[in-house]
Parts: sequence; structure tokens; C-alpha cells
Amino acid sequence: MENLLFLTIVGGFVAAASAYVGSIMVLKRMSLVGDALSHVALPGIAIALSLNISPILGAFTALTLAVLGIWYLEKNSDNYPEALVGIFFTASLAIGVLITDELDLLEALFGDIEKIGYAEGLVTIIISIIVSFVIYKIINKLIIGVISEELSKAQKININIVNLIYLLAVGVIASLGIKFVGTLLTGALVIIPAVAAKNISRSMKSYFLTSVTFGILSAIIGIPLAYVLSLPVGPIVVITCVIIFIITYLFKKPS
Amino acid sequence: MDKILEIKGLTVKKFHHKIIDDLSFTLYKGETLAVVGPNGAGQTTLFQAITGLTDYEGEVIWAPNLKIGYVPQRFYVDSDLPLTTEEFFKLKNAKNSEIEDALNSVGLLQRVGHIQSPNKHILKNLLGELSGGELQRVIIAWALIGNPDVLLFDEPTSGVDVVGEETIYETLNKLKEKTGMTIVLISHELEIVRKYTSIVLCLNKEKVCYGPPQEVFTKKTLDELFGRGASIYHHEHHH
Repeated sequence: MENLLFLTIVGGFVAAASAYVGSIMVLKRMSLVGDALSHVALPGIAIALSLNISPILGAFTALTLAVLGIWYLEKNSDNYPEALVGIFFTASLAIGVLITDELDLLEALFGDIEKIGYAEGLVTIIISIIVSFVIYKIINKLIIGVISEELSKAQKININIVNLIYLLAVGVIASLGIKFVGTLLTGALVIIPAVAAKNISRSMKSYFLTSVTFGILSAIIGIPLAYVLSLPVGPIVVITCVIIFIITYLFKKPS
Repeated sequence: MDKILEIKGLTVKKFHHKIIDDLSFTLYKGETLAVVGPNGAGQTTLFQAITGLTDYEGEVIWAPNLKIGYVPQRFYVDSDLPLTTEEFFKLKNAKNSEIEDALNSVGLLQRVGHIQSPNKHILKNLLGELSGGELQRVIIAWALIGNPDVLLFDEPTSGVDVVGEETIYETLNKLKEKTGMTIVLISHELEIVRKYTSIVLCLNKEKVCYGPPQEVFTKKTLDELFGRGASIYHHEHHH
């Protein structure tokens, strides 16, 4: 039980940071990219396992490369080729499934929270806090960029650097989420709390607060619930998240 | 008079086409310069070049330590973006008193008797729910935060309603009288330009004319700028 409490706390931190990072991703209309992005982690995990290095490191490397790719396309293309990104990322999922050892596949796809030890858990909490802090520092610039690219350029904001820092943060957060919910579902932790919060928020402040709250709620309800029901944690956390989304949808402000 | 901006031999190319070709002019403090010309004649590109948003050849020399406020033309805000007008100002770390001053300058203060207070409806509303005219004034007010010395204003070609009794131009004119600010605006309304600006730059890739509106708005230059028959003086030559 003590272990469950610890894992729930770690999960809460990861979910909170994911939701915070995700709220900007939803505003940037990159939800699909955010979701597909996490699939890139799978081949990274497979290669890391075959080289006998930490799978999380493999996931992180693969995500960083993918993030740099997105950044490059965003910077150098007038029409953001979202469909191309979707194709590339699902292709890497397919390749990842083929090259991942069958024994590790289920864990890589859906996560295995039991494998998280105390030291790893603490590191995860610290990284979540650092990433959230970095995002907090650039959040005004990110929001101005969402409103109008011209406006942010006129403010002498280096939008390319801001976007790069942001996308790297997304990569880090997605790698952390993989341990909990796996490569298939980590995108959900980033996107769904923010979309749910957007349904009912009428200011930026309440949008961030509700998004983070929904993230934490899905972890602290989902993780113990999965234990009680003896079901895998990842899917239960994500379904909790989806239920929160459905409830907010019903209360959606009329526009 | 103090020079604010000096432009020498400015050329801007996009995809190997010259958008602006060898443009030179000087802008002095306190002037209101209108840049006029047919659509696509390079006005917005000129703004982008002088604010460093696009690459160019030639020289753009601003007076030192100048603060520039830029009001871009294209500006659409999603109606479901969860950002209030107040939060929009806070993105620029504006203090409440600064927001109030800026809103006052653009005519967005509510008058209740003799007391003026910031329009609560505007501040608490989502940015994307403002009317076109309100949004444009809010964006001007946003550009005014930090008291710029120069305001660059790219007039939208359409979709702006008239709020209250003042037009945007009367607002800008009052602002200029109050602050002595230098204003550069891109305009499509020649009558308005004639009424409110001190200097006109007619731009059609290159400089077609430059000077006070009453001097440069001749039938000849307007024909050259917009093609024959586009003159605002079209009744003048009936005898």
C-alpha cells in the first residue's frame, strides 16, 4: 500500500506536468502531433533494449530527434504538414512493433508502473518540476505566439528558440509518461486534460489550473482504481481522463 | 527636426520578385506618414522590412533608443481561445494603470457621468469575443503599452466596424496630439489620408510620390499609382 501511495504521487506529478505542457499544445492546434509524437518512442525503446541501455533513454533520444524534425518543419514550411508528421510517426510505431522483442512489447506499449523504483520515482518528480518551471518561464511568449506570429516577432521574441524549448519539454514529458501509460497512451496524458479544461474555461488562468487539476485527478483516481480492480494502470488512467473530458463536454459553455 | 527613420535604397525580394525596389525616404519626429498604393504594392512588406521581420537590401536607420509599437494587419483570434482581454495585456506585464491609460487613449473607457473606468465588458471578455472594431482598438492599446515613440499601423482592408462616435483615425489623431508620437500608417482610404496625415508616401513597388497630401494627390500621381480613373478628384476636371 505504501508503494501504491508513492506511485500515485509520482503519477500525479507526471500527469500535472503533462497537462501543463499539453495546454499549450492544444492552443497551438498540435493535438494530433502531440499524440502521434509519443509513438516515435517505441523504436527508440526497442533499439535501447537490444543495446542493453535504459529504455527510457532510448525513448527520450527518439523523441528528441522527432521533436527536432517537427521544429524544423514548423520553421521552414509555410503550410504546417501535419498529415506528413502523422504518417511518419505511425510508420515508426509500425517499425517499432516489428523490432521490439515480444516480451517487452506489451510493457513498452502500455507501460508498467510497478517497475518504477524509489530513486527513479524521485528523479521523475524532479524532472516534472523542472520541465513545468521552464514552461512557466516562457509561457507568455508561447501564448503571444499562439495569438499572432507577427505580434510576437514585433515584440522581438525569438519564436524559433521558444518553440524549440517548448518542443524539447514535450519530448521530456512524453518520455516520463511512457513508464506510466506506455508509448500508445502517453499522448493522451498531454492532450486530454487540456481539451477538457478548454471546454469549461473562460480565462487563461482557469484553463491552466483546470487542465493541471484534471491531469492530477486522472492519476490519483486512475492509479489506485487500477490496483483495486487488478487492471493495467495505463488504460485506466487514460479512461479516467476521457470520462473527465465527457463530463466537461456536457458542461461546455455555449459559444 | 529630428530624424526618426532614414531609408536608403531599400529593396525587398520575395521568391526572386522585387516587392520593393530602391526606396528612399526620411521620416521626422512628430510626423504622420501614410503609405498608400494599390493592394499588393508592398506596403506591408515595407513595415516588415523596417521592423526587421523580413530580409532586405539597402539601409534602414532608426534614431537610437527608439521604442516602436507595431499594429499588424492580419489578426484573427479564435473565439474559443481562453484568454481575457485583461490577460492579453498582462502578457506584456502591463500594470493596471498602464492598461487603463492605453484603453483611454483608444476610446475604450466607459463613461458613467464624470467618472471614467475601464470597460469591464472589454477587460473580462475573451479576446476572441470582441467585435472587430473593439479588437482593433485593443491591439492598438496593446501596442501603446510601454509608451512607444513610433506607432506603425497597418490598416485592415475590411471587416472593421465603427465603435462609438470616433473613427480609428480620430483616435490616432488625438493620440498624436496628446503624446507627440510619430505615426506611420498603411491606408487604403485616400480621403482619410488627406484629412489626418502630414506626409504621404505613394508606393507601387517604388516611390511614386512623397510629400504633403495636398501637394502629391494630383490626378497625375494618382493615375500613375492606381491606374487611370481612380482619382479622388474625379469631379474636379468637369468644366
